Amino acid sequence: MGRFLLRRIAISIPVLLGITVIMYIIVNMAPGDPVTALMNPEQMANMGPEWVEHQRESLGLNDPMPVRYLKWLKETATGNLGYSFVDRMPVNQKIGERIWPTLKLMLTVLVISVAIGIPLGIVSALKQYSFIDYLLTILGFLTVSIPSFFLALVLIYVFSLKLDWLPTSGMYTVGQPRTLWDSVTHMILPATALGLAQSAPIIRYTRSSMLETIRQDYVTVARAKGLNERAVTVHALRNALIPIITIIALNVPMLLGGTVIIEQVFSWPGMGSLAIASVQGRDYNTLMGINLIAAIMILLSNLLADVIYALVDPRITYA
Amino acid sequence: MSQTSTTMAATAPLAAIAAETPRHHPTVWSRFRRHKLALAGAIVLLLLVIIAIAAPILAPHPPNAVSLANYRKPPSLDYPLGTDTQGRDVLSRLMFAARISLSVGLVAVSIYVAIGTVLGGLAGFFGGWVDTVVMRVADMVLSFPSIIVIITIVSILGPSILNVMLVIGLMGWPPIARLVRGEFLTLRGRDFVTASRSTGAPNARIIFRHILPNATTPVIVAATFGIAQAILLEAGLSFLGLGVQPPTASWGNMLNGAQSITTLEELPWLWLPPGITIILAVLAINFVGDGLRDALDPRSRA
Repeated sequence: MGRFLLRRIAISIPVLLGITVIMYIIVNMAPGDPVTALMNPEQMANMGPEWVEHQRESLGLNDPMPVRYLKWLKETATGNLGYSFVDRMPVNQKIGERIWPTLKLMLTVLVISVAIGIPLGIVSALKQYSFIDYLLTILGFLTVSIPSFFLALVLIYVFSLKLDWLPTSGMYTVGQPRTLWDSVTHMILPATALGLAQSAPIIRYTRSSMLETIRQDYVTVARAKGLNERAVTVHALRNALIPIITIIALNVPMLLGGTVIIEQVFSWPGMGSLAIASVQGRDYNTLMGINLIAAIMILLSNLLADVIYALVDPRITYA
Repeated sequence: MSQTSTTMAATAPLAAIAAETPRHHPTVWSRFRRHKLALAGAIVLLLLVIIAIAAPILAPHPPNAVSLANYRKPPSLDYPLGTDTQGRDVLSRLMFAARISLSVGLVAVSIYVAIGTVLGGLAGFFGGWVDTVVMRVADMVLSFPSIIVIITIVSILGPSILNVMLVIGLMGWPPIARLVRGEFLTLRGRDFVTASRSTGAPNARIIFRHILPNATTPVIVAATFGIAQAILLEAGLSFLGLGVQPPTASWGNMLNGAQSITTLEELPWLWLPPGITIILAVLAINFVGDGLRDALDPRSRA
């Protein structure tokens, strides 16, 4: 297992490096000069062009791009993501404050979509071509065809503005003690807006995986030796669920993308709303950091899926 | 993004709704026709396309005509879907927005189908280091946190219709490349390819005449689902103010005003119609995609 893990990580590293190269090039296409962009124009006029040139030199901006990239990479590898172009706060700190709300939202959505998706997928498979199977399929198409932000708007309109049951935005009620109940009520709408579309692929894959497993010989054998249907289902289920792990991991990029818009709609204090604020403020250092962290999250989820897959599926040997 | 929806629908039982015993050699059209939801999707889509093309004739008002006397009017006979905060007719804007939103989807997907077909074809045909390089780059692009990268690039290039198309096009190609590569890998060793090669056919002829036509079916299906995804993505970007810029109307940017609670609460005719139109369009395209897959490739049926 140790060697499998090492090899798997070794494959991810060039991918991550490639991503940083491409992102570095993209961010460097940004118009404007960080020195002049940050300086007070009056101060710059007093200091003269030599001073600006000195600043550029000391910040390493006169180096060719590959050199600057390597310097950036060295700093990044030691955990220094630089400073925000806008408020001079360390990017580490800015992202650090925002990453937990995003993870909390993503995890909640993941748990909800799995909790909804797997049972419904099993029902769909066991009752193949029944009314409920068709209904779930059509609902699945519907949920992936609704823009998550529009669903969010409808949810806010109905449950916050008309019924006044749930808060419209934020993670806690401002100025009140942070109770568990308070955080739950704030979580319901954003998690629903994201979770519905997320559960559709899980339903679909659970269904097809279950259908495939049910047709396997060992399930027929189980049935032939007189096991009751419930026990047969449990037998099949254990193997049918293995591929679902991959589907959940493959959906992490989608989920992460979804949180960007949903966080903005609900003023959720996460990485997504930070990304949009950084876009609006042209804060490219922060954006670079967010891109990097998000890419690492995606690679880690893929890695985790591979490892879990190898652990639970005895047919895969990790030599 | 697109690969998720493509694979998501991989085992749809919808065809079975109408799947009776197949007659001998049903044509693609007759198979498609039996998929009732796909047929309904095709009709809705056709209507939307007609509305988009005929918008200048059909629209009751000019889409960008500001009328301060008539702002925030609820739906009436004169303005069937009401007017927005600048007194522009919502229905007319919706019709003109169909042109923008549908063409963003179409163009963006055409860009990535072109890139994906070329790169996937090269990788599958030549194999070796070409294959390794192309597929590693595809892995990278797939590991990009796509929406975050897209908003980063759009913020650098500046938000515009063209840039939205370009960025979606540049980010979407890996699933297509994988499909085409897979098709090339299975076909390049087949006898008919070897036969063609033995007659001295140049690579180009083998690629374009013998292998590529076999790859069109999965690509068309993936592209159809891709258009639905691209329309959703454009809507999201425009909703955030990072896509199509006003006064040009797109379905997404018509929803932009609903970010304010007062608009959301008091002017539902501003944001409900574009939202419902997006759902209709995307749903219609997804159904058509599902029907096409069943019709073009009966093997993929569950």
